[in-house]
Amino acid sequence: MSLLEIKNLHARIGDTGILHGIDLTIGRGEVHAIMGPNGSGKSTLSYVLSGRDGYEVTEGDILLDGESVLEMEADERARAGMFLAFQYPVELPGVGGMAFLRAAVNARKRDAGKDEVDQLEFVKMVRAEAKNLGIKDDMLKRPVNVGFSGGEKKRYEILQMALLKPSMAILDETDSGLDVDALKIVSEGVNLLRSVERGMLVITHYQRLLNHIVPDQVHILAGGRIVKSGDKTLALEVEENGYSGLGDAA
Amino acid sequence: MVATVETIEAVEQATGAYKYGFVTDIETEKSPKGLSEDVIRFISGKKMEPEWMLTWRLKAYRYWLKMTPPDWAKLNVPPIDYDNIYYYAAPKSAEAPKSLDEVDPELLRTYEKLGIPLNEQKMLAGVAVDAVFDSVSVATTFREELAKAGVIFCPISEAIREYPDLVRKYMGSVVPVSDNYFSALNSAVFTDGSFVYIPKGVRCPMELSTYFRINEKNTGQFERTLIIAEDSSYVSYLEGCTAPQRDENQLHAAVVELVAQTDAEIKYSTVQNWYPGDETGKGGIYNFVTKRGACRGDRSKISWTQVETGSAITWKYPSCVLKGKDSVGEFYSVAVTNGAQQADTGTKMIHLGEGSRSTIISKGISAGRSNNTYRGLVEMNKAAENSRNFTQCDSLLVGDTCGAHTVPYMVSRNPSAKIEHEATTSRISEDQLFYCLQRGLDEEEAVSLIVNGFCKEVMNELPMEFAVEAQKLIGISLEGSVG
Ligand SMILES: Nc1ncnc2c1ncn2[C@@H]1O[C@H](COP(=O)(O)OP(=O)(O)O)[C@@H](O)[C@H]1O
Ligand SMILES: [Mg+2]
Repeated sequence: MSLLEIKNLHARIGDTGILHGIDLTIGRGEVHAIMGPNGSGKSTLSYVLSGRDGYEVTEGDILLDGESVLEMEADERARAGMFLAFQYPVELPGVGGMAFLRAAVNARKRDAGKDEVDQLEFVKMVRAEAKNLGIKDDMLKRPVNVGFSGGEKKRYEILQMALLKPSMAILDETDSGLDVDALKIVSEGVNLLRSVERGMLVITHYQRLLNHIVPDQVHILAGGRIVKSGDKTLALEVEENGYSGLGDAA
Repeated sequence: MVATVETIEAVEQATGAYKYGFVTDIETEKSPKGLSEDVIRFISGKKMEPEWMLTWRLKAYRYWLKMTPPDWAKLNVPPIDYDNIYYYAAPKSAEAPKSLDEVDPELLRTYEKLGIPLNEQKMLAGVAVDAVFDSVSVATTFREELAKAGVIFCPISEAIREYPDLVRKYMGSVVPVSDNYFSALNSAVFTDGSFVYIPKGVRCPMELSTYFRINEKNTGQFERTLIIAEDSSYVSYLEGCTAPQRDENQLHAAVVELVAQTDAEIKYSTVQNWYPGDETGKGGIYNFVTKRGACRGDRSKISWTQVETGSAITWKYPSCVLKGKDSVGEFYSVAVTNGAQQADTGTKMIHLGEGSRSTIISKGISAGRSNNTYRGLVEMNKAAENSRNFTQCDSLLVGDTCGAHTVPYMVSRNPSAKIEHEATTSRISEDQLFYCLQRGLDEEEAVSLIVNGFCKEVMNELPMEFAVEAQKLIGISLEGSVG
């Protein structure tokens, strides 16, 4: 059984249809990349998968571990193992980072019928993971995403992924806003999280990220459809020729 | 932190909209219903008060008869039938318990349901508890330790008998009998409350805490609190309350007076969680409170911190009269309204002394169909040379059927004085909510987290053991406000 199966997925925002029949299967241990021009529906796909309000599935299905998630709320899907690293992480003024991270980890533990994390151990764990990602202690003390630079926000997303250990991680343009050094650190962080248990869907506009996080498969999204799939060389092709000419919808 | 854990457990186990809704069955001794000079004599007699106190009460009553309730607040207050209220009710077994063993076990169970067992409280971080049940204090702890430091902490009725000179000197000196309709009423019929006296140079060795609780059907609760901090002394006072569910509206009209002499500091913290009524507001508490502090001495400081989550109607403006040179007044407030709750709350900072400073941080959170108004006065008087005020007033709306209002009044009679006012209104954004949900938090936890973040600056002012409980309360009061 595949980890994530997207079957003939159609979705709309309000009255506007955005996704027009997406088929995609991701197995455990696989990393898939989705590339596409701006406005092709990449972020929309990530929101539809994670169950955001206002994104309505009109046809098709999404299966996680063989079970449809369409009837599940966003928080239930998250606790079932779906994780989204946001293209634009959201600021939560006054909400302490440590408290937020612990609440998120505990929410999953509770769901799994496990004990909540020990506070001291948790702090140690967060510090260790943060260090890998070049996140300073000072940043952990600040409210979630408040006053973080673009790059810091992206690292913080990966830190959360490391702590939550999702089975299915979607990374939406994690490379945008990162300079070369930061891109390296973040990619290394992501690569550390590659595992035979975990599937990843890496969304990007540029091929550059895929030099660091090497995907098993690459899909080109255009006009709400996957217009081409291939191995990592497809990304290089796009880099060279652009998105034009990759199917009629592009 | 035992009490906190138990509070959380009790809260989680309970069902229904209001988590502390239960009624204890304790026989009470009541005055006849309604208000008259005879009822006042009955109360005064029950309390074994000296003649001067009775005279004072009667004077207040005669003022009250001529007064009318305030109508300037943005509140819709149903008419109150003052003749349908019991002005005195005392738990029967509460004559004079010398230890917890003598306290009615039924009463102790009530505290346990609330998660504040006195037995354990005693062992907790040095907090003295003067527990008020209905109108009579039934248990007072830590008295001896406080006595060693020369601190007086006792029921006001005891203070009237034991320390008449102090009470006569200060009571009514900050909130005059005729100050307003509800303070006049309180002055006539108050039945209990606390008295605190911190002698010169003494730092009170522990946080002083009182848990108020209304229990008797149709009983108005009229507390009177008087805190006096002599020169260079310090005290932190904590007040928190919860009340059981009932049908009739319950009037609560307390008066709190604080006096800070030269270099003295008083920190007064409140967590107010009285029954807000059902979805329509029926049965909730009317909380009409007059709280005022006088910074009499130079460099004296009074700091009010309040977390208001309960009551059907709140009318409350903890204020500071800054008379001393370089005196400091602070007001930190979180007011949460949900359902049909109405709150009109804020502060008055009256600057009289040179170089006096005040800070106002108000966080209003409205949800449901509730109405939440901040009303604040900053007054710079002629002698308030180089005085300063900073006001920050933030409103957060949850949903789109509630109302948030900010009504600042500013009066400046001294050109060297500076008043700064900032105000914002915001909503919990869908972005923020989704971000939290995506991390696995359910909607209620997410809202609670975001809202507690919004009031962080105020929560930081609360003593630690209160802050944890208050955070929970804010989450609980917003339950059912989203989704
Ligand atoms: N809230 C919305 N309401 C209506 N249309 C939207 C909304 N969000 C995005 N869209 C539209 O959906 C399309 C896909 O957007 P998006 O998924 O953000 O693309 P990408 O992430 O690939 O740049 C775009 O045409 C965009 O304008
Ligand atoms: Mg996008």
